[in-house]
Amino acid sequence: MTAIATVPPDADRPPAAEVRRRPPLWRFVRRNPTLVLGLAILVAIAAAAVLAPLLPGDPFTMQPSRRLAPAGGAFLLGTDALGRDVFARTVHGARVSLTVGLSVAALSVLTGLAIGLTAGYVRGLDTTVMRLMDALMSLPAILLAIALVSLTKASVATVIVAITVPEIPRVVRLVRAVVLTVRDQPYVQAAIAGGARTPKVIVRHIMPSTLAPLVVQATYVCASAILIEAALSFLGAGSPPDIPSWGNMIASSRLHLARAPWTMFAPGLALALTVLAINLIGDGLRDRLDPRLARRM
Amino acid sequence: MTAPLLEIRDLKKDFPVRGGLLGRSVRAVKAVDGVGFTLRRGETLGLVGESGCGKSTVGKLILRLMEPTGGTIRLDGRDMTAARGAVLRDFRRQVQMVFQDPYASLNPRMRAGAIVAETIQNYETLPRAVLRERVAALLGKVGLRPDAMEKFPFEFSGGQRQRLGIARALALSPSVIVADEPVSALDVSVQAQVINLLMDLQRDLGVAYLFISHDLGVVEHIAHRVAVMYLGRIVEIGETAAIFSAPRHPYTQALISAAPVSDPRLRRLRLYLEGDVPSPLDPPQGCAFHTRCPFAFDRCRREVPVLGPRATGQAAACHLPDPQAVAA
Repeated sequence: MTAIATVPPDADRPPAAEVRRRPPLWRFVRRNPTLVLGLAILVAIAAAAVLAPLLPGDPFTMQPSRRLAPAGGAFLLGTDALGRDVFARTVHGARVSLTVGLSVAALSVLTGLAIGLTAGYVRGLDTTVMRLMDALMSLPAILLAIALVSLTKASVATVIVAITVPEIPRVVRLVRAVVLTVRDQPYVQAAIAGGARTPKVIVRHIMPSTLAPLVVQATYVCASAILIEAALSFLGAGSPPDIPSWGNMIASSRLHLARAPWTMFAPGLALALTVLAINLIGDGLRDRLDPRLARRM
Repeated sequence: MTAPLLEIRDLKKDFPVRGGLLGRSVRAVKAVDGVGFTLRRGETLGLVGESGCGKSTVGKLILRLMEPTGGTIRLDGRDMTAARGAVLRDFRRQVQMVFQDPYASLNPRMRAGAIVAETIQNYETLPRAVLRERVAALLGKVGLRPDAMEKFPFEFSGGQRQRLGIARALALSPSVIVADEPVSALDVSVQAQVINLLMDLQRDLGVAYLFISHDLGVVEHIAHRVAVMYLGRIVEIGETAAIFSAPRHPYTQALISAAPVSDPRLRRLRLYLEGDVPSPLDPPQGCAFHTRCPFAFDRCRREVPVLGPRATGQAAACHLPDPQAVAA
């Protein structure tokens, strides 16, 4: 026992000076591996989406003579059944997916935040609003989105609204739960006793507590929106067929899957990578922002 | 005698207990059951009682942080019981609160200066420089340095935080401050500093305190008058000297005899209470105290005693005609 005790507890650690010499960026990477990996992948995809017009290849030009050409040569990832450049279409598809993902995340978080703050704070509204949200949640998101899209003209904007609506209840529940715990905190009571008007109490004293979980929730909403958009497009209820979205590409590749698997792999892999990256960011943010998880650093 | 500044009459608060399948209100906990008292300008009324007797609820009801089930709250003769909107805001300008927990009652995301400034900004729009000056002056009044403005609550000690809470309550120059156990969460040495600060502020500013506490020693020191609560009712109320030297209600006598005294050689009559406080869900018939009162007789089990004047000046709610024999 005594022999063990004589070993300094931190004998295997590097000397303090060496630890201090490491640059802050490297420390951030070491402490948040998931967050950094997710960010790296997403930044690459976003850069490709933004720079899509500058990259080689045109997503719309059809070259029937070179349909279903394999990867290599003039086409980095080959061509599809109509002789269009699969690489260019995949890169342009990122624009649709990211637009839908970010718009849905922003819209549902803002709407959900407003509804959740009101429902949580105003006791009289709580039951009514939450039962409405429960009703909305009981419908499968994709089914609701299909219904909404089929009622209107197909466009990316319609798809965004259709995906946003079923996402709102999840955000509302999250915000309301935080409001209910914070509302009775003495510092909120103190603000009320100090004569603060209700909007000020909500915005200044209650809303800040909801932001950390909301940021995390937003990433999950974004990932699920991208998946739902792809699913809708695959089913033919999403983006108009002339728009190169990943769902459309996967749908049209089905007929030629045996002959030209790259027509499905390219958009499929892009979709999987994007969703993975966003979920990694969400997990990384949750680890950093959630006070209930112990700080391991 | 001057007219009362704050007049509370027959204040009641029931908390419904829900049960059954549809969440119907089955029974009610009578947390506060007919409390009444007055507070004069520049005076301190101590409100004492053991945990759960409803004293904190009385404080929250007065601030209108909770809606009373019954009774009236008057400030300067004006009924504030149902005040809303601008009238309620004006009422809160005159009646402020110091909270028990100096940790939870300050928003952890705001700097000390912003916390104090917020109360002022709720009522006045001032240029930044003027506002800063006002906040600095308030911090000075409670013994904090002006550079405290830039700090966050977690950078302060418990006593400093409570000073900050007092500065916030003083920001609007209120005429009444409800202090809900303002020193219970502090170390004894810091308690004394905060108590003396409160007394100095009262002398300088003429503010009246409703001082809610379970610490009889503190209350005897700071309060001009004392009200003793048991199970949601006031059982005895009067001048501090009368209450402490000649308590007339057996519960007050038991409380005082249970308070620690610094001189161990001092011989005292000790009155021990047995059993626990009955559940406010199911308070005893008649006098709520009869289940634990060593002097209870038949009438106590049938009839609720009312607060009546006593020869020593205070009022007590007890059927015993002459508790003198007990106290002697």
